Amino acid sequence: MRTSRGFQLMYWPLAIAIVIVSVFPLVYAFSTSLKQGTALFSPTLWVDSPTIANYLMLFKQQSFGRNLLNSVFVATGVVGFSLGLSLLAAWALGRVSFRGRGALLLTILSASMFPQVAVLSGMYELVNMLHLYDSLGALLLSDLVITLPFTVWVLVTFMSQLPKEVEEAAMMDGLGLFTLIFRIFMPLMWPAMVATGLLAFIAAWNEFMFALTFTISPEMRTVPVAISLVSGNSSYEVPWGSLMAASVIVTMPLVALVIYFQRHIVAGLTAGSVKG
Amino acid sequence: MSRIQLRNVHKRYGDTAVLHDINLTIEPGEFCVFIGPSGCGKSTLLRLIAGLEEISSGELEIDGSVVNDLPPAKRNVAMVFQSYALYPHMSVYENMAFGLRHMKMPAAEIDQRVQAAAKSLHLDGLLERKPRALSGGQRQRVAIGRAIVRNPKVFLFDEPLSNLDAALRIKTRVEIARLHRDLGSVSMIYVTHDQVEAMTLANKIVLLRPDTAAKGLPSVAQVGHPLELYHHPRNLFVAGFIGSPSMNFLKGQAIACEPSRLRVKLHGGLEVAANLIAPQMHPNEELTFGVRPEHVVLGQGNGRGVVTHLEHLGETTQVYLQIPGQDAMLLAKGGLTGMKLGDTVAFDLPADQAHVFRADGEALPRPASADDWPVAA
Repeated sequence: MRTSRGFQLMYWPLAIAIVIVSVFPLVYAFSTSLKQGTALFSPTLWVDSPTIANYLMLFKQQSFGRNLLNSVFVATGVVGFSLGLSLLAAWALGRVSFRGRGALLLTILSASMFPQVAVLSGMYELVNMLHLYDSLGALLLSDLVITLPFTVWVLVTFMSQLPKEVEEAAMMDGLGLFTLIFRIFMPLMWPAMVATGLLAFIAAWNEFMFALTFTISPEMRTVPVAISLVSGNSSYEVPWGSLMAASVIVTMPLVALVIYFQRHIVAGLTAGSVKG
Repeated sequence: MSRIQLRNVHKRYGDTAVLHDINLTIEPGEFCVFIGPSGCGKSTLLRLIAGLEEISSGELEIDGSVVNDLPPAKRNVAMVFQSYALYPHMSVYENMAFGLRHMKMPAAEIDQRVQAAAKSLHLDGLLERKPRALSGGQRQRVAIGRAIVRNPKVFLFDEPLSNLDAALRIKTRVEIARLHRDLGSVSMIYVTHDQVEAMTLANKIVLLRPDTAAKGLPSVAQVGHPLELYHHPRNLFVAGFIGSPSMNFLKGQAIACEPSRLRVKLHGGLEVAANLIAPQMHPNEELTFGVRPEHVVLGQGNGRGVVTHLEHLGETTQVYLQIPGQDAMLLAKGGLTGMKLGDTVAFDLPADQAHVFRADGEALPRPASADDWPVAA
């Protein structure tokens, strides 16, 4: 890439500015989570006497551990189902030409345009009908419905770009459909799978409205709802320390996942050519 | 041993006919090359045999049984693609072994086959590499290896050399010819648009022509040994396509038929003759007189032409002559020393190298000569 002098001069100041703006809230949350008592009301980042009491209290007073497990279960479940289903759908929509394919793709796209609130009541009926109310199944189902259109679309785009000759070579080798999809196409689509999987995970992990609506008992809640219900010692106290501790705990897995998988995204994008 | 037979095969996409009325037999052990201008359907014909495209009507028989409805893997054929189509995420070894593993072949036999193929293709040291770490020629050899290990009765090659550079192309061409000799009774079908590949590799050339369905002609223009197509083209299309540079076509009229010779008066007045087998033509019937550039003799004879362009190729010189009464230039190979633009040069069109085509494009039969031994034999 050609870089001009101005670009070189501005690169580092701008990069640093972006990092500060995006990291500051997290740092502030982390610092606040280590404070207690009146220290909570001083805006300094440096903590004089750090304590992990806020973290301990989360797990002692509330069923936060259980809530975390629920979140992990729902989010991984959603990622697994949505990648599996959308990979199969992407094969059909991206590589098989059939009548009405364009219309079907458009329907899927338009389904993802509805805001969550608009489908909330309909989803409630569906959840009730399947007797899933106040269970994690309800969240699995509703998050899946919300993420699937997106993952299908992304994977269809990638799938339709894979070279036709590879598919034909597989036909000549006598490979079955599922071998073709899972042993040949899936490895080629790794970068796309990782990217969409991450986004699906984040969406399910952060999902609040369905979780609030479809679960009622404390042990079925996921983390976002649990955080909103963190309470202090009295109803007149906002438990800033616990809230921030919970926020840090919720954010860390996402940060770890993104850092771990971004390697794969970058490495995968350059591989997979047929001829060169 | 397997014979491939196509009977009245047609291929249509919707209303567009791509291949029309193909009748063709490919004998066991034969090296058959499909050639033709772009859009003639040669790759489509190969894909019909492979099973990657459906046959619209007609029958395809391999080894005595009709295989129209068999999937590609059950036809005992293996294909090498133009773009290699290797599995990019698998090593060279895996690429060759994957299909066999899927056929539930014992691991020991797979290993033995892959090692043997790798050895004969000089891929020994590369088995653990991924395709992206290979050069174009090496990838092509892996693609061929993947075909060999299946032990097929028929190899299908779809323009396998067109992504390689010129030097490697010649080397790989020789490799493929050697492979065909080594494998003995295995038939190969090879699609190319390169005449030299076709002439050097083939025992049998199938020349296809485009847009034939509308005229009601079969898609196959001529089938035969390369030298048969060169010396005895059946029509104007074949005569113009085979040979490079292509045959000169001069317009003229018949004067008189003799038992083994036709005398012709070209437009512009030059009188020439062609040795033919019992030609049947009316006097004054319009015809096309054809002679290849390499057969035009310069510096003698009663033809006269003006030099309009010269191409010096080193080994030979190509001379373009303007002849009175003819629209097309006469191209001759092998210039005379000291020839300049604007010179008037004498030329002769030898009767024993001449071709004559009727107004409908059909050739009059020529006598066999010593040059076309494989045909006469």
